[in-house]
Amino acid sequence: MPPSLQTEVGGIALERPAMLASGILGISTDVFTRLHRAGAGAVVTKSLSSEPWEGYANPTVVGLGGGGWLNAVGLSNPGAREFARMLEGGAEAPVIVSLVGSAAEEFESMIAEFSGCRVAGYEINLSCPHVARVGLEVGDDHALVSELFGRIKKAAHVPVIAKVGLGSDYLGTVRAAVEGGADAVTAINTVRAMAIDAEACRPVLSNRVGGLSGAPIKPIGLRCVYEISSKHDVPVIGCGGISTWEDAAEYILAGARAVQVGSAVAGRADAFGEINRGLSEYMERKGHSRISEMVGLAR
Amino acid sequence: MRADRHSMVRVERVIDESPTVRTLEVSEPRLEAALPGQFAMVWVPGKGELPMSVAAGRDGGAAFTVRRHGPSSTGLYEAGEGGLIGVRGPYGNSFELRERPLLVGGGTGLAPLMRLLRSAPGSGAALLVGARTAGEVFFDGLAREWGFEVTVCTEDGTRGRRGRVTEAASEMISGGRFDSVYTCGPELMMAKVVSAANSAGLFVQASVERVMKCGVGMCGSCCMGSELVCTDGSVFDGARLAANPDFGVAHRSKSGVPVRY
Repeated sequence: MPPSLQTEVGGIALERPAMLASGILGISTDVFTRLHRAGAGAVVTKSLSSEPWEGYANPTVVGLGGGGWLNAVGLSNPGAREFARMLEGGAEAPVIVSLVGSAAEEFESMIAEFSGCRVAGYEINLSCPHVARVGLEVGDDHALVSELFGRIKKAAHVPVIAKVGLGSDYLGTVRAAVEGGADAVTAINTVRAMAIDAEACRPVLSNRVGGLSGAPIKPIGLRCVYEISSKHDVPVIGCGGISTWEDAAEYILAGARAVQVGSAVAGRADAFGEINRGLSEYMERKGHSRISEMVGLAR
Repeated sequence: MRADRHSMVRVERVIDESPTVRTLEVSEPRLEAALPGQFAMVWVPGKGELPMSVAAGRDGGAAFTVRRHGPSSTGLYEAGEGGLIGVRGPYGNSFELRERPLLVGGGTGLAPLMRLLRSAPGSGAALLVGARTAGEVFFDGLAREWGFEVTVCTEDGTRGRRGRVTEAASEMISGGRFDSVYTCGPELMMAKVVSAANSAGLFVQASVERVMKCGVGMCGSCCMGSELVCTDGSVFDGARLAANPDFGVAHRSKSGVPVRY
């Protein structure tokens, strides 16, 4: 019997371990369906806010070579209400709704918008590195994180994931989220970074500072997943620089029960399929019949 | 080969096409190799960045034909000769030129069609140019200089045929002279041209425009149904457009909210 790619993370059951990371392609259910058919186990929406956000002016994304990307899109999104209306029509793919905000009431009212939708879980953005008063700025306030998760857990009837990034003390953020009741942790988000063009003598991004993603951050993400899963009893979703099955396998061996793919999806429709096929062959070769047997083996 | 980081180039020559439209010629090897229909993300430092079809320079090189509109396009429009701009790309797919082609364009939508004409000197293509009024007609003289048959159509009748370009296009499409149709311009115009060509059984392609941020299939801003205009397009053939729930119906705002045409 071929190995099973099924996995489970924080109460969310997945047919396949790789899901679409938040911020990537996530505004259309038609695109979600396409990614699901291409092999994604689930899709995470763009981070949704109470009101629609236009995001920053272009340039918002620039390639840095070596599989590295820098972005400050600025959390552009159509808003929770508009998105929920779209999702009410149903979606073929399991959908994890990413939310961004500053206060518990905000998250509660956004979750209420999704009462008529089938949502596999919520992912709370504690880690966007380039927008004021949300994301990483919330994640760095550990008392607030704890309070937020307590309230969000009461409002949501599905699993809630904390998405953490490299703040001042990311393990402290994880602890606060877990104490507040987070069912799982996604690590990591993009890493705050910058690109300067020497000819133009200025930063490339209109926001000046953005987040680095892609291959250059994989070693950082692996280290974080390894540390979180070593120090906390919480299921982890690995994210950061995953583009091949080897990358996914490494994250699982570091302690992740599932993974997310972001930048690598760009222009590679079959990224998920390749990851699934490669993982399956690897598991067969290594004698693993299911993902859970591999989790944390490198620890 | 595309480049995802900006290559900084100087504008070599500026040509006024109409009171609000200019062509800026640049020398950049990747853009000079761009196929007709491909686009670049063009950065005007301090002003913004926008997706631009790679147009044809007067000598066949690379150029951008821009209408001043928002901050980025006005920044590019005003860049001037010697102005420093950044380009990344080229991105997207390209037109597939077939037999007996008719090209239908409006406004700056003519830019990729001119590059298509320039790439196919012996194609016998005919160009149909639509505009509201005579002052907004451009590229007709250049296409004639290049040896192509040109029909001009203005809504107020101040130049060429009077009426909507879609009416002229429908007549030409059903006239039996053409086997293939290529269009770029306002989406409702393209939707009518595509529909007419589909009904007549002609091969048709349209170059579609959407809000674009990344240009590489990452941000999702340009989604049209399940298609990403930046990487699946921006050129789509008639069958795919006919099956798309959004083409000719709705686009998305910068925040991603659907907006009906």
